[in-house]
Amino acid sequence: MKKVIYRNQISKVLGISLVVLLLFSISVFAQDEVATVAVQEETAADSSGDPVKGKTLFNQNCAACHALNRKMTGPALANVESRLSEEEGLDREWLYAWIKNSSGMIKDGDVYANKIYNEYNQALMTAFPTLSNTDIDDILAYTAAPPPAPVAAAEALIAEGDGGKSSGISNELILGALLIVFALLIMMLVLVQRTLKRIAIANGVELEREKAEKGLPIWKAFAQNQFLVLVFSIFLLLAAAYFAYGWMMQIGIDQGYAPIQPIHYSHKVHAGDNKIECKYCHSSARVSKHSGIPSLNVCMNCHKSIYEYQGNPEGPSQEDLANGYTNEFYTGEIKKLYKAVGWDEENQKYTGETQPVEWVRVHNLPDFAYFNHSQHVSVAGIECQTCHGPVEEMEILSQYSPLTMGWCINCHRETNVNVEDNEYYTKIHEELSKKYGVNQLTVAQMGGLECGKCHY
Amino acid sequence: MASNKKYWKSEAELNPNDSIVETLRQNEFVQEIPVDEFLGDKEQLSSTNTNRRDFLKYVGFSTAAAAMAACEGPVNKSIPYVIQPDNIVPGVANYYATTIANGFDFASILVKTREGRPIKIENNTDAKVNGAANARVQGSVLSLYDSTRLQGPLKDGEPVEWTTLDSDVKAKLNGLKASGKQIALLTQTYASPSTTKLISEFKEMYGEVNHVTYDAISEEAALSAFEAKYGERALADYNFEKADVIVSFGADFLADWQGGGYDSGYSKGRVPKNGKMSRHVQFEANMSLTGANADKRIPLTPMQQKVALAQLYAKLNGATTSGEIPDYAQRALENITEEIGKNKSAAVVVTGLQDENAQAVVLAINEMLGSKAFNATAPKYVRQGNVKNVNNLIADMKAGRVGALIMDGVNPVFTLPNAADFAEGIDKVDLSVAFSTNWNETTEIINYTAASNHYLESWGDTQIKKGNYSLTQPTIQELFDTRQFQTALLAWMESDKSYFDYIKETWETDVLGESDWNQALHDGVFVSGSSPEEEMGSMVETTLGNEEITADSVDIASAVQSLANATSGGGMELTLYSKVGMGDGQQAGNPWLQEFPDPITRVSWDNYVTVSKADAENLGFINENAANGGLDGSHAKLTVNGVTVDNVPVIIQPGQAPGSVGMALGYGRRVGMKPEMQTGVNAYPLYQGYNNVQSVTLEKSTGMHEFACMQLHNTLMGRGDIIKETTLEIFNTKDHAEWNEVPVVSLNHQEVPATTVDLWDSFDRSIGHHFNMSIDLNACTGCGACVVACVAENNVPVVGKEEVRRSRDMHWLRIDRYYSSEDTFEEDNIKKDEFDGLSGDKGSLAGFGELEHPATNPQVAFQPVMCQHCNHAPCETVCPVAATSHGRQGQNQMAYNRCVGTRYCANNCPYKVRRFNWFLYNNNDEFDYHMNNDLGKMVVNPDVNVRSRGVIEKCSMCIQKTQKTILDAKRDGREIKDGEFQTACSMACSNGAIVFGDINDEKSKIAELKESDRMYHLLEHVGTKPNVFYHVKVRNNNEA
Repeated sequence: MKKVIYRNQISKVLGISLVVLLLFSISVFAQDEVATVAVQEETAADSSGDPVKGKTLFNQNCAACHALNRKMTGPALANVESRLSEEEGLDREWLYAWIKNSSGMIKDGDVYANKIYNEYNQALMTAFPTLSNTDIDDILAYTAAPPPAPVAAAEALIAEGDGGKSSGISNELILGALLIVFALLIMMLVLVQRTLKRIAIANGVELEREKAEKGLPIWKAFAQNQFLVLVFSIFLLLAAAYFAYGWMMQIGIDQGYAPIQPIHYSHKVHAGDNKIECKYCHSSARVSKHSGIPSLNVCMNCHKSIYEYQGNPEGPSQEDLANGYTNEFYTGEIKKLYKAVGWDEENQKYTGETQPVEWVRVHNLPDFAYFNHSQHVSVAGIECQTCHGPVEEMEILSQYSPLTMGWCINCHRETNVNVEDNEYYTKIHEELSKKYGVNQLTVAQMGGLECGKCHY
Repeated sequence: MASNKKYWKSEAELNPNDSIVETLRQNEFVQEIPVDEFLGDKEQLSSTNTNRRDFLKYVGFSTAAAAMAACEGPVNKSIPYVIQPDNIVPGVANYYATTIANGFDFASILVKTREGRPIKIENNTDAKVNGAANARVQGSVLSLYDSTRLQGPLKDGEPVEWTTLDSDVKAKLNGLKASGKQIALLTQTYASPSTTKLISEFKEMYGEVNHVTYDAISEEAALSAFEAKYGERALADYNFEKADVIVSFGADFLADWQGGGYDSGYSKGRVPKNGKMSRHVQFEANMSLTGANADKRIPLTPMQQKVALAQLYAKLNGATTSGEIPDYAQRALENITEEIGKNKSAAVVVTGLQDENAQAVVLAINEMLGSKAFNATAPKYVRQGNVKNVNNLIADMKAGRVGALIMDGVNPVFTLPNAADFAEGIDKVDLSVAFSTNWNETTEIINYTAASNHYLESWGDTQIKKGNYSLTQPTIQELFDTRQFQTALLAWMESDKSYFDYIKETWETDVLGESDWNQALHDGVFVSGSSPEEEMGSMVETTLGNEEITADSVDIASAVQSLANATSGGGMELTLYSKVGMGDGQQAGNPWLQEFPDPITRVSWDNYVTVSKADAENLGFINENAANGGLDGSHAKLTVNGVTVDNVPVIIQPGQAPGSVGMALGYGRRVGMKPEMQTGVNAYPLYQGYNNVQSVTLEKSTGMHEFACMQLHNTLMGRGDIIKETTLEIFNTKDHAEWNEVPVVSLNHQEVPATTVDLWDSFDRSIGHHFNMSIDLNACTGCGACVVACVAENNVPVVGKEEVRRSRDMHWLRIDRYYSSEDTFEEDNIKKDEFDGLSGDKGSLAGFGELEHPATNPQVAFQPVMCQHCNHAPCETVCPVAATSHGRQGQNQMAYNRCVGTRYCANNCPYKVRRFNWFLYNNNDEFDYHMNNDLGKMVVNPDVNVRSRGVIEKCSMCIQKTQKTILDAKRDGREIKDGEFQTACSMACSNGAIVFGDINDEKSKIAELKESDRMYHLLEHVGTKPNVFYHVKVRNNNEA
């Protein structure tokens, strides 16, 4: 027994030392990073302008077309000033003029202005006459040296990341330990019992065996009591019918259906984390019977500039990690989108080679039921979540409601018609509410239960 | 007690030694059972791996697998656009204005598209001329999705690339420049400014180019007569709305006469307003749609019509002329002369005789009268065919003077009477190219078949009438590797312009003036310069001045003389005509149009020769009803000038002028057609000299033909409450209680109006919408555009000839046609009312038998019948599963998914409007029409369910359309204006016969119509309280 405990101790020690080692190694890297940031800070120190303000301005004005280290609609802007002065001999004044009125410069025949204009598919850069020279200084300061994330936050991040990892290890350890403890307990009980028995035998105590009754075994007694059998079989039949009915009633109801899609599109990331309005992508829900699966050009409105997933500033959560939803994974899904829509990231243009995405339809109504989204979304003003559930929390979209007729009817019975500011309803509501003697009409009272409203 | 009766199986049993008797006694089954076929081959049987146990295993497994599969929902894929076009929102329909100009039908229309697929044709109400789609145009959207369409260019029947075809054709054409042989273009009528210009440029480039326009059904006589008089090859335009007296000599102007499109004007003049309506007298041989609508119809053979026309001309001029016509016609002519004399400018005379003299006389009469309805200053261009040029071309071809023949929109090998000459000529032409959407008789014998676009995939422009232009725009991308004729011409002219650019340029320079191209394209129509109506007004003024012009009297005098001396040339007179559903036969492969019944005979899937009852008896032709009710007819053999067409089924047609027969063109297509569509007999070989009147000899030939009729009982049997009729005189002078009687029923031994008695309590229907439909029997001409529109809107399946014959047609809307048994319906009613006892002179037994037979020249009435949406519906109370129920808005609703198919409702419906799905008509190759292939299914309306086997279906009053109108208003937060609620049939009816709307909107038109004196409900005494009502038909019998 001692031996076992000892072995356990060894594994514990090993585990802990592993954790310590990992902790140590990561913090070493972190320190490296801090050091490089410090160096950059030093180089930036000599240019005037506030890189922190610059970052804000950059994100507001430039980020739609420019990135620091990557060609987008416009060129990469990291160290743009020094690059320009070194390669082209252009000074900050040129940049002021360019940013405030690029088209003017192109027209005036500035050599580099025309060169860059032609290089980027003759896409004119938006003029920013509103930016003051100081603003531009700030932006340039930022492009020269992007400010580091606040050190404290960075460290906290690292610490937390470590914490996550170490807790992962300890979880397993604890589970393992618990298992061993249980095993020990059982072993101890067996040992104690055996010891007691031995003592009892030694003391000459007669052990009471279970009396082998000569009476009938219980199942035979049961089989001979016909009444019991009858009652029991009736019960069995009823229970079977009950479960069969339950099973049959769920045929064709796909509540919770969450198929795997060709591109892992996360409603949680889009509608939850980034709070994109549902109807931004599902725009036809406002005017059509279909909510519409967004066409890929809608995706590209944002994903032209969002080319990689940076995730939460805190990094992927433990749960995401467990599912494999790392930043790289999401970025990979964005690349799938690019492939489908035929977007050449390198040259920032469409190749024209498209591969339409075959999404798996989640919500399937039978053909004989007519449902119109715009009636519910635009006229009634119902939130999407009422029927589709907390989509903003769904990593993989699933069918929230049963979509049965009973479910539809129930809602029509309970819901009041939204008649405010709608001239169509003015007359009919006045007359009908008087007829039924209510203040607010339900959909059912409006005729929303008639067969022909949904079946034609 | 045992019976001693002996049952005989056949007459052979009389002879006990007969071998048949012996066999019958020995064999249980009369026919041999083909057991040997599958068991006889011992070798095969023993060598198969499947033994009985295996077989049972397979059955068991497959049943289990099917059962398991049924428990799991299918995985549906959804594929959104990669880049969604701006103007397409899935689930929302777009409308485009375009124009059909296929050489036979010319109409400005709107095309409804869903997700980029055209699914329905609607009328373009902005168009001043030809803005109404007839049945064929309504059906033309299905021809776009014809699975037999050519999918790419062919060379000698083998697929090639367009580049190959282009280079071959260009090489040949260039080679011909030097040879001196002509390049001939044989085309349909385009009436297109851009195509005309393009062809003239093509001529400039290739020199010897001869453009010949060819109409399958020619209007040569009318065109020549007009040209002789007015110097332009065109057709006079008529506005029948302005005419008080309409006299027609064989002109079927409610159908396809001179390009058609005259029915909406006619109908407007037919609705009594302020005690007035137009009077229409028709002299004709066949019972045509126009004759059926006339106030007075005088059956005359074409020869007699000519004489009558000559006499009318003479009478109007106070002269006399030779020639004999029957007395009844003589009397009618005198009356007409008097009527015209009362108000000359309000009369109009038209003729459909293919005789230049007749046409010239008609033009002269209208000029002379200064008819307000007649317009020669802004004529129509919808027929341009030139018979002389066609004949010359065929002669040139045979003489080897034609180097290249390029055809578009024509199928001469099928439609030419002398097709054999043409085919012979083709052999001597070096290069023959035909643009065609389908494989046909012509493409079979030529070098290159250029797969052509359907008009819904094409660009184009048309000048239907002088100054009235319209545009054709594609509503879908080419489905296949096809190209329209004009695009190919541009390519052969080495032009890099597209035909769209070409049209735009032409319009901007020649047509539009200051107007906007985008606006014109949006509207689909454009009227240039001063309004032609005004011009016409001024013309009337000038001609009115010199009323007595027997102007170009020399010509006219001889023309009249030759008409008066017309002879039949012996034999019977055959009048060839085109059917409302088939036209010239271009769309013979269209199942909707094949199943569309002829408005007069109610026969679908066929053409036939119509014979009068007297002639039929002489020649031994019979029509009889077979055991299943279907109509059978004898076969006839027709011979014209040595050309014989055999096995033509015969229909005995009430109203057919004795001595005349009629037959429809356009049927009998065989090449490139699905077997089901190969219906009818080709009448074009009889169309000699492009004359629709021929002298013919008829003989009876063997066998009987099985017709597929939608209506088997033809007379009204004196049931005047089904179609209520009165005369203009009574209508004007008497109270409506007299001519629009409300039926009475007995309550407590008192006669009370049927409308006051009820089994049920009524609901309060004054809140919200309450839909009603009004059908004006005066405005309805029976044209059937609504029937095809309904089929398109509601995904009504095509069931095929066999099923129609079994009375299993699925049309939700039918147009019943009734003949009178006496000379008028009124006399029928009187006869029935006077029945006294069972037998005897006025006995009902014999009397009803007589009433079953239509008169020789009966009155005809049309009545569109769809579900009447009864407020007290008999169908609703008998449904055991409550599948049909009533909505608050007045609609009788049908939940297909609830229906179990007991058909109690259909049996309990007094209007017989419920249709049962005997089969699964979609995805079923037994019904090879359009719902069994992916292409044909593209026409399906996604807002309406496609029904399955075993359920009842019927008119829903287009609830999908009313629901959409309501939703649109809700979304905009506004009230609904009158006229917004429409059904497919009310939208298709350009005649204004069908009006739909909300009677709870007091200011609406429908509410006004419901209060009309003419309003009545069908079978009012049954007490069903329908939401569809009819308007009493008023006939203008005011003879002068």
